[in-house]
Amino acid sequence: MDFPVFHLDFLGNRYLIAGIAILHVLINHGLAVGMMPLIAAMEWYGHKKQDPRWDKLAYKILFVCFLITTTVGALTGVGIWFSVSLVNPYSIASLIRVFFWAWFTEWLVFVTEVCLILAYTLTWKKWTAQGPESKKRHIRLGFALAFASWVTMAIIVAILGFMMDPGNWLTVNSFWTGVMNPLYIPQLAFRTPLAATMAGIIAMFLILFFTKKQDQFRNDALRAVGLWTLAFAPFVLVAGWWYYTSVPDAMKDNLGVSLGTLEFVDWQTKFLQIAVITVVTILLVVQFAISRPKLLPKVALVVPFVAILWMTGHFERVREFIRKPYVIGQYMYANGLRVEDYALLQRDGVLTYATYSNPLTEAEKAELPNGLSEPERTARLEAIQKGKDVFMNTCTRCHTGHGVNSITGHLQRMFGDQPWTPELTAGYIESMHYAQPYMPPFPGNKAELQLLGTYLQHLQQNKAPIPGAQSVGVIVSGAAAARSPEMTNQTEAAVQ
Amino acid sequence: MNAIPVPRDIPLPMPAPEPILIGVLVIFFLMHIVFVNFMVGGALLTFWYQLRGLKEKRFDDLAYEIASTITANKSIAVVLGVGPLLAINTIYTVYFYTANALTGAFWISIIPLVITAFVLTYVHKYLWHQMERMKWLHIGLAAVVSLLFLFIPLIFLTNINLMLFPEKWGTVQGFFSALMLPNVFARYAHFVLACPAMTGLFLVWLFRRKDDAEIAATGFERTELIRKGYQWAFWPTAAQFVIGPIALLTLPETQEPIHSVIAVFGVAILVSLGMAHLMFTETRRPAETIGKSFVPICVMMLVVVGLMGTGRHLYREAAVTPHRELVRAKTADYMRKVDEANRQAATAAEGSAEGVSQ
Ligand code: HEC
Ligand code: HEM
Repeated sequence: MDFPVFHLDFLGNRYLIAGIAILHVLINHGLAVGMMPLIAAMEWYGHKKQDPRWDKLAYKILFVCFLITTTVGALTGVGIWFSVSLVNPYSIASLIRVFFWAWFTEWLVFVTEVCLILAYTLTWKKWTAQGPESKKRHIRLGFALAFASWVTMAIIVAILGFMMDPGNWLTVNSFWTGVMNPLYIPQLAFRTPLAATMAGIIAMFLILFFTKKQDQFRNDALRAVGLWTLAFAPFVLVAGWWYYTSVPDAMKDNLGVSLGTLEFVDWQTKFLQIAVITVVTILLVVQFAISRPKLLPKVALVVPFVAILWMTGHFERVREFIRKPYVIGQYMYANGLRVEDYALLQRDGVLTYATYSNPLTEAEKAELPNGLSEPERTARLEAIQKGKDVFMNTCTRCHTGHGVNSITGHLQRMFGDQPWTPELTAGYIESMHYAQPYMPPFPGNKAELQLLGTYLQHLQQNKAPIPGAQSVGVIVSGAAAARSPEMTNQTEAAVQ
Repeated sequence: MNAIPVPRDIPLPMPAPEPILIGVLVIFFLMHIVFVNFMVGGALLTFWYQLRGLKEKRFDDLAYEIASTITANKSIAVVLGVGPLLAINTIYTVYFYTANALTGAFWISIIPLVITAFVLTYVHKYLWHQMERMKWLHIGLAAVVSLLFLFIPLIFLTNINLMLFPEKWGTVQGFFSALMLPNVFARYAHFVLACPAMTGLFLVWLFRRKDDAEIAATGFERTELIRKGYQWAFWPTAAQFVIGPIALLTLPETQEPIHSVIAVFGVAILVSLGMAHLMFTETRRPAETIGKSFVPICVMMLVVVGLMGTGRHLYREAAVTPHRELVRAKTADYMRKVDEANRQAATAAEGSAEGVSQ
């Protein structure tokens, strides 16, 4: 990692990304990809039947989607970029170098999508008032928007697929090999009906707000959207099955570790169970909504929605299985180091090539063992500082000190209250990639293993939060810095 | 502490020739920033006219007209930011990500801040008539939106500035210390002044194309509205003749000479003079001829904006070029060592394999 280390010691860095990404996927699938065709269909149906109630309802639902997608939806999309570039700058930077044009195209489609949703929403009333010709044009606009939303998703899934597809990256860096990867089509086939089903459930939920209980139209609307939902739900299961059976194919190259395989089988079984439960829940609730619309409470629709969330969350975890312990299959580990770097780093040490060091706060320096002489203290602090740098560079992308998935929590569980001496911990860390297939091998050399051990022992006593570069800055490591006089900026003196 | 960090770059080739990436960056960035100007300026003007609307109702209606334009402009502003984000990440990887990490808490808070600003903008617009009875609360919303829109650009500017000065990376501790680096506030003032000015021109465009019924609904004459637009365009632009040179003169010195930067900004100032003159003339024109110079003014503004973007890019290049050479050398050296270590490891493995077979 050759950037200053951004670090959230309480929440954990991965949860920052995961939180933003999950919110984004939900909004994107439920309110854009799945909902736009449904709204356009409703508008079309209302126009065909010359029934303005459909039109009003469609507009109200669209308005809710508009408010949410253009605020939380759009910004969480950007937020994924922002958070990944803080947490894993080397991985996103590498991916951009290879997929620049794919992302650029994706962006153009996205710009189109934003313009279309603006146009679709903001011209609705005016064009409707202008008569049938304008209305037809407006409906076409709706379907164009629906198409653009789907294309955006299709491209993103291709990019994700390629990132997940191990091996290809190293040999054929082309976008099309990504599209050809064994998971692409099943994944797209899974997400499409999933989005449509989610949209159906959300729309039914909104219908309960936008129509009156006594109103016959509520029943009609629930029935129509219910049919939409029922039509797509089985495909979630079918495509889910397809996806599920294609995963091992994609994993073959990456996984030799039996433990990982066991965990994966566990995942698979659970995924299938959850998918069945979800789809059955959807079928039951929707059936009920269609047959007994008057008795339907709003919370009833929350249940299938939560089930979908559960399934989607579980579904997304598959990427971890396929990728681990890499962030880019076979090319870069999740700690940001390339596979190729290991020979050098394990020989010379990661600190030799680290540009930055992560300063210890006063609180982090507390709780040293009692009775140290002054020189011992200094030497100890120096070792802790170096150990911290090793930790920051090799473990913090996945572990915190004392927060979520904390290293101290793991060590406490493994070693309890006995002192976590380097002798105790170093042996484990050296072979940690066998113990936990999520983890890459330790990238440093033997001396660094001892330093890390010293630091971990310190963490047993010292519970101070570990700050990231965003609050305490960095120290530029001596050896890595350029000291040529011409590089010092002349204004330096003026400023200080 | 004068140590200048020289990190390694990502050892992968650029996805396209550099001039193309730079073109993407500069062009889309300018489009982004123009819509940001419309959005921020729109919010500020809405707030201002709402305050005036307390005394005279028709100003409140005018405020509503302006508020209605923010909805589209803000979405376009944000989506147009993503293209340059891609490009800047590619071209200035080391610089941009480092600045992001060093101001990380504020950098990521852009997301919730913009979401909040946007949601409040919607509340403010779509509940305008319902909130008639809670006027102060409503105006309070406009004030909060304006403050948010004034703060967010400061985060961007701090990053864009910090990335240029590797010698500061070791001394910065979080956002506020990066904010205090030279040139941030001068550039910020330059940006903030541009907001009402660009929005003024936008309003001229808007009021020229609205039909008579729509204009009548505002309670103003078309000429009055157009004149107001020009006044918003002119006065802040006049102030730019003071602020702009300050921003230019406070640019930290670079190792590379920046004659071309100064030349570009010099030409921009000359064109601006002509443009400001035309704007002023327009504010004095009667109903029959007002708006006559609108197209030339827009063309000149486009030229000015293009020159600003160019000058800004040339300065950035001048600031980072020497350091980038060091980074290149460092990266190449590192990759050599990686190769060497891998060869060594391979030989060692062969050696031990032979040892076993014997
Ligand atoms: C790619 C992310 C990643 C990196 C990098 C990483 N770990 Fe882990 N580590 C994990 C995961 C995931 C677990 C399992 C968590 C669980 O099962 O709750 C884990 C578990 C552990 C455990 C408990 C193991 C057990 O058998 O229960 C220890 C100890 C540990 N890690 C230490 C480290 C150290 C030390 C480093 C840095 C040298 C490190 N990890 C780097 C992801 C990572
Ligand atoms: C959240 C989506 C956004 C993205 C992805 C984005 C992207 C960018 C990028 C990449 C740059 C740097 C371009 C360059 O230096 O060449 C930039 C600059 C800037 N952006 Fe945005 N932006 C976003 C939203 C905003 C918002 C909401 C505002 C204002 C309220 C804003 C104001 C600015 C300003 C003031 C600059 C710096 C201008 C200068 O250097 O003179 N941006 N933006």
